[in-house]
Amino acid sequence: MLRFLIRRIVFGVVVLWIVTLGVFLLFFATSKDPAARFAGKSATADTLALVRHKLGLDQPLTVQYWHFLTRLLKGDLGYSFVTQSPVNDMIKSALPASLSLILGAAIIWLLTGIVTGVISATKARTLLDRGITAAVLVGISMPAFVVALTLLLVFTSKLPIFPGPGYTALTQNPAGWFQHLVLPWVTLALLQSAIYTRLTRGSLLDVLGEDYIRTARAKGLPENKVIYRHGLRSALTPVLTQFGVDVGVLIGGTLVTETVFGLQGIGQLTVRSLTTGDLPVIMAVVLIASFFVVLANIVVDIVYSFLDPRVRLE
Amino acid sequence: MSLLEVHDLKVSFDTSDGVVKAVRGVSFSVDRGQTLGIVGESGSGKSVSTQTLLGLTGGARIEGRALFEGQDLLTMSEDHLRRIRGKEIAMIFQDPLSSLHPLYKVGRQIVEMIRQHEPEVTKQQARKRAVELLGMVGIPQPDQRVDDYPHQFSGGMRQRAMIAMALSLNPKLIVADEPTTALDATVQAQILDLMLRLQREFDSALIMITHDLGVIADLADNVLVMYGGKPVEQADRRSLYYRPHHPYTKGLLESIPGSSGAKDRLKPIPGQPPSLINPPTGCTFHPRCPYIMDRCVTDEPQLRPVLDADGGTNPNHRSACWLPIEAIGLKPEAEGIRQEAVAVGRTTATNITTQGAEAQ
Repeated sequence: MLRFLIRRIVFGVVVLWIVTLGVFLLFFATSKDPAARFAGKSATADTLALVRHKLGLDQPLTVQYWHFLTRLLKGDLGYSFVTQSPVNDMIKSALPASLSLILGAAIIWLLTGIVTGVISATKARTLLDRGITAAVLVGISMPAFVVALTLLLVFTSKLPIFPGPGYTALTQNPAGWFQHLVLPWVTLALLQSAIYTRLTRGSLLDVLGEDYIRTARAKGLPENKVIYRHGLRSALTPVLTQFGVDVGVLIGGTLVTETVFGLQGIGQLTVRSLTTGDLPVIMAVVLIASFFVVLANIVVDIVYSFLDPRVRLE
Repeated sequence: MSLLEVHDLKVSFDTSDGVVKAVRGVSFSVDRGQTLGIVGESGSGKSVSTQTLLGLTGGARIEGRALFEGQDLLTMSEDHLRRIRGKEIAMIFQDPLSSLHPLYKVGRQIVEMIRQHEPEVTKQQARKRAVELLGMVGIPQPDQRVDDYPHQFSGGMRQRAMIAMALSLNPKLIVADEPTTALDATVQAQILDLMLRLQREFDSALIMITHDLGVIADLADNVLVMYGGKPVEQADRRSLYYRPHHPYTKGLLESIPGSSGAKDRLKPIPGQPPSLINPPTGCTFHPRCPYIMDRCVTDEPQLRPVLDADGGTNPNHRSACWLPIEAIGLKPEAEGIRQEAVAVGRTTATNITTQGAEAQ
C-alpha cells in the first residue's frame, strides 16, 4: 500500500511537471509577443521593453521556466500579468466556489443517479424503466446553459425562492452559501445524474445476470437482499470509479454553470486568463485542474482496493 | 409418496425469435437417500427442469406439477418457495469460479445462508458451523480459510465450499447441476466421492445433473436421459448402463472414452442438438438417429417399458423409441434386431447419419 502510494505520487508529480512544461511551451509557441498585449496598441518601443522587463519576458525561455519552477516548489505561483496580484490569492478565492459547486452537485448526482439506475434496472423493460430512459435522454441532450437559464428564470424571478447569481462563502454565511448553490448544483447534477443512471442501470443488469446472483437466490435470500447486498455491491464498483474521475475532471471544467450563476470559480478564471494571455494564471489553473485529476485517480485506485478484495495495490 | 415428484413438467420462454420450448413434458421422482442422475447434452432441458422447481427461471411459462413433500413448488407463493430454497432444497452449480460472490468472504456467504433461514442463530454460532462444514468437505485449516475470499481458493476448493454451503442447513434434497464439469479430472473424482459420502451421511436426496454418463456411473440409483427437452429413457443405473434401449443413450455410452462400444476411437453422435423453437417432428432425435424409420419422422414415441433381463417388461425401465422393446443393449444380437426393424421400417426416411456423418 505504502509502496503503491509513493509510486503513484511520484508518477503524479511527473505528470504535473510535464503538464506545466507543455502549457509553457504552447503558450510561447502560439503568442508572438505577450508583452504587446499589456503595453497597448500605441505603446512605444521603450514602453514595450519596460513591460517586457517587468513581466520577466526579456529573459530566455529556459530562465523563465526555471524561475516558474523554483517559485512553484516554494508554493508561489507568481503574479498575474494583468492584475499584478498574486496568483495564489486568485486561486484561493476561486477554489472554494468551484469545490462547493462540484462536491455538492456530485453528492446529488451520485445519489439520484444510483437510485434511478437501480429502479430502472430492477424494473427493466417496464413503463417506469422506459420513462426513466426517456428522461435520461432529455437530461443528456439538454445544454447546461438552457437548464441554468431556465432554472434562474423560474426560481429567481417568477418564483423568487432562491437569490440571483452570486456566491457567499460557507464560512461567512452557511445559509446564503447553500441558497446560492442550489440552482448551480441542480444544473450540474442534472446532466451527470442522467449519465449515472445509465451507468448504474447497465452495470446492475450485467451483475444480475451473474452466476453468484443465482446462487444468492438459490440460498433463499429475499429479493431485496439479492439486489442490494449481492447485486448493487458489485455493480457500484465501476460507477464509483467513474465518479472519482468525473469529480476530478470537473474541477476545472464547469464554465457554463459558473458563468450563468455568477460563481467566480476556476472555470471562469481559466477562460479569463486564456483570453487575456495571462501566463502565470494559465499555468496555475492548468496545474490545479491536473492536480485534481491526478488526485482523483489515486483516490479511486485506493477506494477500489477496498471495494474489491481481488485488487491488490502493488 | 416420494420426497419430490415431478409430473409432466413443461417450461417455455418467450424470446424475440419465438417460443423456446426448453422442457416438453418430463416426470421424475426422488426419495431421501436416493440419487437421481439427469443426463443430456447442452440444451436438453436438464438444468432448466431443476432450476424451474426452485423458481430460478425468471420469465418462464411453466406447466405441470412438482410435489415436494406433497406441496406443489410450482404454485406456492414466492415467499413460501424462498423458505424452501437453501433450507429444504439446496443447489450446487456448475462453475464454482463464478457461483460464489467474489466480494464476500467464503465464511460470510455460508453464515448468510444459515442466518437467513435460522435467524435465532448468532453470528458466532453460524461462523462456528461454517468452519465445521468447511472442515467436513475437506478444506484444510478451515478456521483460517473461513475468512478467505473465493479468489484465494482453488476451483476444487470453491466447489467444496459450495457443497459446504449447500449442506449447511441439512437439506432434504440437493440438486447438483454439473458440479464437476468445470474441474480437473482428478479433482472431479474427489468431489464426486465427497458428494457420495456426504449424501449418505446426511441421508438427503440427490439430483445429479450431468452431460457425462461416466460421472454418475457410480453414483446414481436411477437415471433419466433427456434430449431436446424430453425424457428419452429412464431406468435404474444397471439397466441403463448395461441394457440401454434408446439410440441416444446408446450413443452417449459409446461416446464415453474406454467404453465397450468404442474399441479404438471415440464414437461421437453426429449432428447438432435440435432447435427448441422448431423441434423436429415425430421423434426429436430422428435427424441424428442411425436407426431412423419412416414413423420416427411423423409419430412421436412415448416412454414405454422395455424388455427386462429375465424376459418380462420392466416398468421402471422405459424408453421413448419406436425400435422393438427387445432391441436392448450393446450386444450384436440387439444390433441385429435393430437392423431388422430398420430394414422393414425405413423406406423413404433419411437423416444426416445415413447421408454420411462426414458432412458434419
